[in-house]
Amino acid sequence: MPEELLRVENLQVEFRSGLTTTKAVNGVSFTLNKKENIGIVGESGSGKSVTATSLLRLIPEPPGIISDGNIFFEEKDLLKLSKKEMRAIRGNEISMIFQDPSTSLNPVYTVGNQIIESIRTHEKISKKEAKQKAIKMLELVGIPSPEKRINMYPHEFSGGMRQRVMIAIALACNPKLLIADEPTTALDVTVQAQILDLMKNLQDEFNTAIIMITHDLGVVWETCDKVLVMYAGNVVESGTVEQIHDNPMHPYTWGLLDSQITESVNNDEPLPTIPGSPPDLSQEVRGCPFAARCPFAQDICFSKKPEMVETEDNHYVSCHFQTKDKRLDRKEQQNDRAIVKG
Amino acid sequence: MGKYIIKRIINMIPTLLIVAIIVFLITRMIPGDPAAVMLGPQASVQEVEKLTEELGLNKPLHIQFFDYIGNLLQGDFGNSLTYNQPIADLIMDRFPNTVILAISALIIAIMIGVPAGIISATRQNSILDYTVTTISLIGVSMPVFWLGVMLVLYFSVNLGWFPSTGMGSMDEGFFTFIRHLILPSLTLATIPMSQFARITRSSMLEVVSQDYVKTARSKGVREFIVICKHAFKNAFTPLLTVMGLQISSLLGGAVLTETIFSWPGMGLLIIDAIEKRDFVVVQGTVLFIALIFVVVNLVVDILYKVVNPKINYSSNKGGTS
Amino acid sequence: MTSLQATEAAEVMERTRKRERSVFRKLIKNRLAAFGLFVIALLFVTAIFAPVIATHPPNQMDVTKSLLGPGEAGHLLGTDSYGRDIFSRLIYGSRVSLIVGIAAVVFGAFFGSFLGVIAGYFGGKFDSIIMRIMDGLFAFPFILLAITLMTVLGQGLVNAIIAIGIANIPGFARVVRGQVLNVKESEYIAVTKSLGAKHSRIIFQHVLPNSFAPLIVYATMSVAGAIISEASLSFLGLGIQPPTASWGSMLQEGRNFLVLNPHMATFSGLAILITVLGINLFGDGLRDALDPKMKL
Repeated sequence: MPEELLRVENLQVEFRSGLTTTKAVNGVSFTLNKKENIGIVGESGSGKSVTATSLLRLIPEPPGIISDGNIFFEEKDLLKLSKKEMRAIRGNEISMIFQDPSTSLNPVYTVGNQIIESIRTHEKISKKEAKQKAIKMLELVGIPSPEKRINMYPHEFSGGMRQRVMIAIALACNPKLLIADEPTTALDVTVQAQILDLMKNLQDEFNTAIIMITHDLGVVWETCDKVLVMYAGNVVESGTVEQIHDNPMHPYTWGLLDSQITESVNNDEPLPTIPGSPPDLSQEVRGCPFAARCPFAQDICFSKKPEMVETEDNHYVSCHFQTKDKRLDRKEQQNDRAIVKG
Repeated sequence: MGKYIIKRIINMIPTLLIVAIIVFLITRMIPGDPAAVMLGPQASVQEVEKLTEELGLNKPLHIQFFDYIGNLLQGDFGNSLTYNQPIADLIMDRFPNTVILAISALIIAIMIGVPAGIISATRQNSILDYTVTTISLIGVSMPVFWLGVMLVLYFSVNLGWFPSTGMGSMDEGFFTFIRHLILPSLTLATIPMSQFARITRSSMLEVVSQDYVKTARSKGVREFIVICKHAFKNAFTPLLTVMGLQISSLLGGAVLTETIFSWPGMGLLIIDAIEKRDFVVVQGTVLFIALIFVVVNLVVDILYKVVNPKINYSSNKGGTS
Repeated sequence: MTSLQATEAAEVMERTRKRERSVFRKLIKNRLAAFGLFVIALLFVTAIFAPVIATHPPNQMDVTKSLLGPGEAGHLLGTDSYGRDIFSRLIYGSRVSLIVGIAAVVFGAFFGSFLGVIAGYFGGKFDSIIMRIMDGLFAFPFILLAITLMTVLGQGLVNAIIAIGIANIPGFARVVRGQVLNVKESEYIAVTKSLGAKHSRIIFQHVLPNSFAPLIVYATMSVAGAIISEASLSFLGLGIQPPTASWGSMLQEGRNFLVLNPHMATFSGLAILITVLGINLFGDGLRDALDPKMKL
């Protein structure tokens, strides 16, 4: 029986400026077990980054506010902790790495200083010991000659090396959960694979669970056990990697899958994209948020918001139509496309 | 680093030379016979001739200039007629007083302006922020001489808390010294203080939304340290530039402040010398202030590199990554 | 052909007008800038209509009525030691501030821009010689340079304009040079050059108009500085010759009667403060309206 690490219930995050309220996250729920990896995928603006940042209560307040929901981390409700108790969790039990390693390290301090700071914030050890530990961490994340490198500034590192430093900072206190917000997006393709490999290897060593925020389903297939597909602040589909990969149910997930680069696709063909853009989150959306862009939308989609329905074991989808008819439609659609291509 | 400093010092030499040329030329712009102007209308022809001889004004301009530079290199700023002593001595007498005034003003400006700017930025759009913004806006528009006069009116004349003029010597006790120092240094501090608050606020606002500040928070670092260590050190570079520039207005403002409070510094010396038409003193003192400013700017530039490791020492351009 | 050019010209003018309108709208929306604009307008009205607004001739002395308090004997803000009406002198003083403020900045902007364009556009030796001299001038605290020049030139309105104007030259040279370097790098200048345009044409038709926005913001701020400088010079007895009313010299005179009659010093200083504050607010607003990212 896997042990539960994190349970998010009905998380709602709003950004208020003047008279407009933007509902960036609108009722997200999921659970994560120890040593498990979950991927949160969606377009930019889908609320995936805000969800991740809210877990550490790091959204800027004001204008942001977590207006509703619960976040249970090992039975502690993070939203009820004092600021001091929350700080003891950050970087210690839950760590985070960010998208752009060129801006997430402080340019005016050496990387050593930044790793040691993280260690000494949570562990009462001497500077010397902390430095030894920092060197060990740099070695673990694959930085050559760490004794020398520890005294260098971030701008003296390449992009991939900086992300390795970020990982070293994040794992320095042996956290139980690592939140990675698009950790490979800003990197070269060749470096991306190295960083993902590194994260997987270190996960085995540190027994860390990972929340992987990404818009790249390829990353999810490679690293995750579970997937959460987000659209306009809502979870539209969730399930295991196998379920989402082999049997996607939501039209938005189909769109995401179709826009992935796969080997079978002829490179001369432009990748299909989902037409239209996400709704304005400062407006109240009646009905399904994806309806306006959904090729299968019916009248009901515009008037009634669909419930989350379990279609198979632990596979949930938020759509009015989970019948085989719809999937047949999809098959037909793919055939149509194949014909056009041919 | 050492190479960079040497290069900057060598680069400074032409600027110093140009400063000397400018001062030399300005004083040669005096309409009519400078010696006659200096001695006043009641001087005899012989006296004027004697002074012309003494100042070398009868020599060709370029010879005068080379004499002038030659003397300067030996630390000879000329002699004052009215004070009857070498100008270098006069400057050395007065310069420490100006330094005391300028440094205490700078300390007040930094101690109040910088924290005010930080608080203002971290509580953007709060009442506190509006207060700091408004006061600093009024501060940068303040005619310092008026502020000085008003401070004298309220705190010296009406309340009698502080003396209105003069400088207290340390011999009379530290307390007297401080009592004399407070009003002049507050007056002189107003503009730099407001500038510091404004620039700190705007550069902190730019910095607090940066990713590395978020990283620091995600590590569980206390907010106070996030702001003071991670954000402020990055916001410090523009602040340092402004500080360097404010040294100039501090020295300039010192002229007015010293006049109002009869503070026996370089500024009062210049104004006294102007009244006495002792142009040699004006020339020497103004030159000295300009030289000080060039040197201070050099120090600021070097500090700049110390604070910001990203700047490449070998070239003038700042290198990124 | 000609009609085509005419249409193009009309389009460009229309675009410019639209842009101007939007800049103006932004300025009005910004309450602080609007206040600044109001202060500036008030200053102009006061200076132009001084004879109408003033209640007394500014230099009319009456020793029997010296140092009256505000409101006494029909003197709105009282009288000075010579019995001159302080309110009327303040009104007339706005003329000196405005004239010196604007004329000195125009003087500095003209010569400074000229040097800045030469240095930035032609580069090389021109650049290093001009900018070295500007660095030299920058070494002098602004007010000290003006004081030294006034000592040499002697008191008077024109001399004050020249002295403050010269002190303004290096600032303008630096700003304009920076702008010219920016514009010079841009593609359309390269295109114009490759079409064989003359230097003067490139400078006047392309480089200068594109440097206009930062220049106008810098000039606005400089007017505030020039007004303070004139007041400082007059306060030190180096500026405008008496008996002409200047806010700085009124403050100097008022200082001698601080105990007996503090109003004179108070009001003249307030006039300077409000004027300078207004101009600075307007300048801030102008910068935000033209280009919020402008570094000035």
